[in-house]
Amino acid sequence: MIKIDSPLSDPNSSAPACGASLPARAGLGLKPQHYREILESAVDLGFFEIHAENYMVDGGPFHHYLGLIRQRYPLSLHGVGLSIGAEGPLDEAHLDRLTELIERYSPQAFSEHLAWSSHGGLFLNDLLPVAYDAATLARVCEHIDRVQSRLQRRMLLENPATYLEFARSSMDEASFICEVVRRTGCGLLLDVNNAYVSSINHRRDPYAYIDALPLDAVGEIHLAGFAEDSDGAGARLLIDSHGAPVDDAVWTLYARVLQRIGPTPTLIERDNQVPALQVLLAEARQAERLLMSSRPRPQQASA
Amino acid sequence: MSTQQAFAAALLDPDSPFPTGLKTWNGSDPARRFAVHRNNVVSSLIDALADAYPVVHELVGEEFFRAMARVYVQCTPPRSPLLVRYGEDFAAFLEGFEPAAGLPYLADVARLEALRVRAYHAADRPALAAQEIAAALATPECLNELVIQLHPALGVLSSPFALVSLWAAHQGELALETVDPWQPEHALVLRNALEVEVMRLPAAGARFIQCLQQGVPLGHAAAQAQSADPSFDLSAQLALLIRTGAITQLHPPLPATQGQPL
Repeated sequence: MIKIDSPLSDPNSSAPACGASLPARAGLGLKPQHYREILESAVDLGFFEIHAENYMVDGGPFHHYLGLIRQRYPLSLHGVGLSIGAEGPLDEAHLDRLTELIERYSPQAFSEHLAWSSHGGLFLNDLLPVAYDAATLARVCEHIDRVQSRLQRRMLLENPATYLEFARSSMDEASFICEVVRRTGCGLLLDVNNAYVSSINHRRDPYAYIDALPLDAVGEIHLAGFAEDSDGAGARLLIDSHGAPVDDAVWTLYARVLQRIGPTPTLIERDNQVPALQVLLAEARQAERLLMSSRPRPQQASA
Repeated sequence: MSTQQAFAAALLDPDSPFPTGLKTWNGSDPARRFAVHRNNVVSSLIDALADAYPVVHELVGEEFFRAMARVYVQCTPPRSPLLVRYGEDFAAFLEGFEPAAGLPYLADVARLEALRVRAYHAADRPALAAQEIAAALATPECLNELVIQLHPALGVLSSPFALVSLWAAHQGELALETVDPWQPEHALVLRNALEVEVMRLPAAGARFIQCLQQGVPLGHAAAQAQSADPSFDLSAQLALLIRTGAITQLHPPLPATQGQPL
């Protein structure tokens, strides 16, 4: 276990773009088709989040616009290709690229997934599940230790959306995540949609699942939409599609989470069938209403 | 075989045996749930190719493109998490893809689109100031050996097909029925400010810029272009490169190379 100065030590800060942590407001995923509108209309938003891998390019419009947007908004860097749950070692070249991005844009948060996506030199472009056993726990912790020491910062680990379970798992997902957080000192990116999707897919109680997570380690929340399917027996199977508005059931669960942990930076995730910026901003405002109502009542009037 | 090895194999190959050791709460066949991952992997990679190759996509249509891209994805899965580079060799695959043989220009259209993606993300380099270029060009004794460094976004593609016209027709810039695909064309791809532009070059102009890209000094590049076409217009090509900000450095010949002892 390593001790790293946490950039998320003050989650209630409303610091501007140069603040040390994400503000406890709503944020949106940054999409190239929205760059100009964001800058021209100076949208009122807590932060933007980018997929790190999309910006691992030499130059051009992506860096041009991200540079301008970063001057105006806090930034969350969200990795989708580090493959922390992989059986093999971490990709050191990829860690180098992440370090470079972090040095260039000084994001307020860095997060990755409890999943794997690379094996045997191939990149599979999906977040694939891991068995929750002692061997995986040791490996995931070793990988997170390496990430945190290489990036010189605390990372947030995102709980996954899963469709399958492993017969050899010896602990439940929440216990596994608690142990990872305890051993590595990493934070939790609580994806409320993933919690809901996995709970329906494995017939668990989403409230009990969330209650069992290390909620004091939550540094950011993700909200997204899912798609409906059914499994081989006709039972509901929800797909984490990032292609639909946030579902009512997920909003309800989110409100409950906020009651438990207070205002927390919250991302509206939409990566497929991305609508107009105004549509996403309306969802962000809905999150902000819930964030506001979860703020502790002021103890005294400030002079 | 490790779990992840079995997973990876089964994700890419529908005929590969399905990984063991999986369970579901209701005892239903895990195959149906595993199919979610299989679909995520293959569909997202096909989508990535469709984004990078929009004109190839339009030329063959949605259904054909997805079937063709699926074959490519299964035989050429990505080897890097940097998906922006995925499909750089799609053109070579298309060349050998028998069902698309009826569109012989498809591979060159893909090459043009790959150059556009590369140009979009290429490193930023400031254009050399026009006065500096003018000053260098005004020193005739150095011109022959002057090495012109071009912007990393710049690409040239020569084709036996009318690929620039085909591309322009798919941008709505000219009517597709007026394009004769069997006319050879030469494309210049560059990034001017933040926009990627595609222009048609004369054959000699393409030869000239390709020479400069390889570091051939100005006089020799111009001579090669002139031998390809005696009417080669050097000043027009230089003006184009200056106007589009494509010249990033000039390296005059080193004095030390002159008068070396024999």
